[in-house]
Amino acid sequence: MGSRGRYILLGLWIFFLMLPLYWMLNMSLQTNREILSTFSLWPQALTLDNYVKIFGDATWYTGYLNSITYVLTNTVISLTVALPAAYAFSRFHFLGDKHLFFWLLTNVMAPPAVFLLPFFQLYQSVGLYDTHIAVALAHTLFTVPLAVWILEGFMSGVPKEIDETAYLDGYSWPRFFVTIFLPLIRSGVGVTAFFCFMFSWVELLLARTLTSTDAKPIASVMTRTVSASGLDWGLLAAAGVLTLVPGALVIWFVRRHIARGFALGRV
Amino acid sequence: MEKREYQWAWLMVLPVVAVVAFSAIIPLMTVVNYSVQDIFGPDSRFFVGTEWFRIILRDEDLHGALLRQFGFSAAVLAIEIPLGIGLALCMPKRGVWVSVCLVLLALPLLVPWNVVGTVWQVFARPDIGLAGVTLNAIGFDYNYTGDPFDAWLTVLVMDVWHWTSLVILLCYAGLQAIPDAYYQAARIDGASRWAVFRYIELPKLRGVLLIAILLRFMDSFRIYAEPSVLTGGGPGNATTFLSQELTTMAVGQFDLGPAAAFSLIYFLIILLFSYVFYMTINNLGKGVK
Repeated sequence: MGSRGRYILLGLWIFFLMLPLYWMLNMSLQTNREILSTFSLWPQALTLDNYVKIFGDATWYTGYLNSITYVLTNTVISLTVALPAAYAFSRFHFLGDKHLFFWLLTNVMAPPAVFLLPFFQLYQSVGLYDTHIAVALAHTLFTVPLAVWILEGFMSGVPKEIDETAYLDGYSWPRFFVTIFLPLIRSGVGVTAFFCFMFSWVELLLARTLTSTDAKPIASVMTRTVSASGLDWGLLAAAGVLTLVPGALVIWFVRRHIARGFALGRV
Repeated sequence: MEKREYQWAWLMVLPVVAVVAFSAIIPLMTVVNYSVQDIFGPDSRFFVGTEWFRIILRDEDLHGALLRQFGFSAAVLAIEIPLGIGLALCMPKRGVWVSVCLVLLALPLLVPWNVVGTVWQVFARPDIGLAGVTLNAIGFDYNYTGDPFDAWLTVLVMDVWHWTSLVILLCYAGLQAIPDAYYQAARIDGASRWAVFRYIELPKLRGVLLIAILLRFMDSFRIYAEPSVLTGGGPGNATTFLSQELTTMAVGQFDLGPAAAFSLIYFLIILLFSYVFYMTINNLGKGVK
């Protein structure tokens, strides 16, 4: 297939991806009554009320700030602990390494619904309930194994000779790791950072269970748009549109790392 | 690849083990504990042995949900993995369009799961939603709130919309990690596009594909927020999957014992399948090098 064909396919796919998002934007610019009464491809009576409400109400915008705080904390913790671990798994044999690796993976599989109560009890007993760090730590349950796993995959693709040459050249391990190894797996690190951010950003159950007021995340604020008169669709859509912004910024910042992989062939 | 024996590597893994153990082991033990007890309150609980497991394994509703679940997960994997690989190969290699495509592709992943369900709920409505109105206008009799098959299909399309980007992003990063030297060698040998894919790209993608397949399997097996917001599990119970049964039991009826037993069984099923996938894909790659 020629390159034009490929871009047409990709373009069609992105068009399909954008349709529901467009619909969300469309809903966010309408009043609740307009959304539910007629079908229209664009807002008939364009209104910014939904956005005004979100930016004017402290519970809404602190919700965003809370989410951003714990999500970034989580991403930093996950990458910091996962990088050395992934290196160890990809390079060395040690007692129980395979079992440990698979045990880590099993934590991504646990169904969250029934773990809620134990989590609640655990975090309350150590005095972390309703703090950002509690949510960040709870989310490491699935972001850390995922990070180790993705990074290990990318690290295993790097030939071992590179490590050995660096040691022979007199590099210490930390210097080798930061200046030589990390740049080689930058596409892996970029994707991993994005996935940690993303999974923590959209997770609702744990975040909602572990917070009440001080650290309440945005997803939890959103569920309260259900009122006596039913769902406020417009407000919810506006909040949804705004949840896209931080993540889009994150992927914009890591894009270079995702798009630039192995330089070996070029040096 | 040859690995070196090195016991001190444990030190590098220790932080991960500490962080994960804190939030994993204690809750898991609590769940095991619940699963063998009848719980009335904090101080009145009785040991019931394997009673809950026996009840759960005989429950007809759960058998139905399990079957639907397998059908759904199989469909998700069959569609999203090939589609994801294909689209990753369509991505531009360099330039500003890479950034644009990456951001656009990532957007669906960033919508909180309950909002995905809510937006699709309107998007697919036959009276006021773009998808529903369009489908009916071109002659399909589509109504996801009334027809079980339509509802199931809507959940599937929604999942494909939501998650294929994850496969694309992983595969794209994997493709970027292939050294240029491989392609240059292939060009010199005059290899066809298909041969490049089959003998260079696919084997190199094995690692990320394993991650993509397992992640999509596990997440589709635990799908909860989207169908419960979209259809509430209906019509009938066409879109009631395992997680919904579980949540009804644990949160709705507050049957902690049976719910705990259920989640352990659930957990074991995912574990078993993931292990099989893991071993199969790992061994598949052994032949090709």
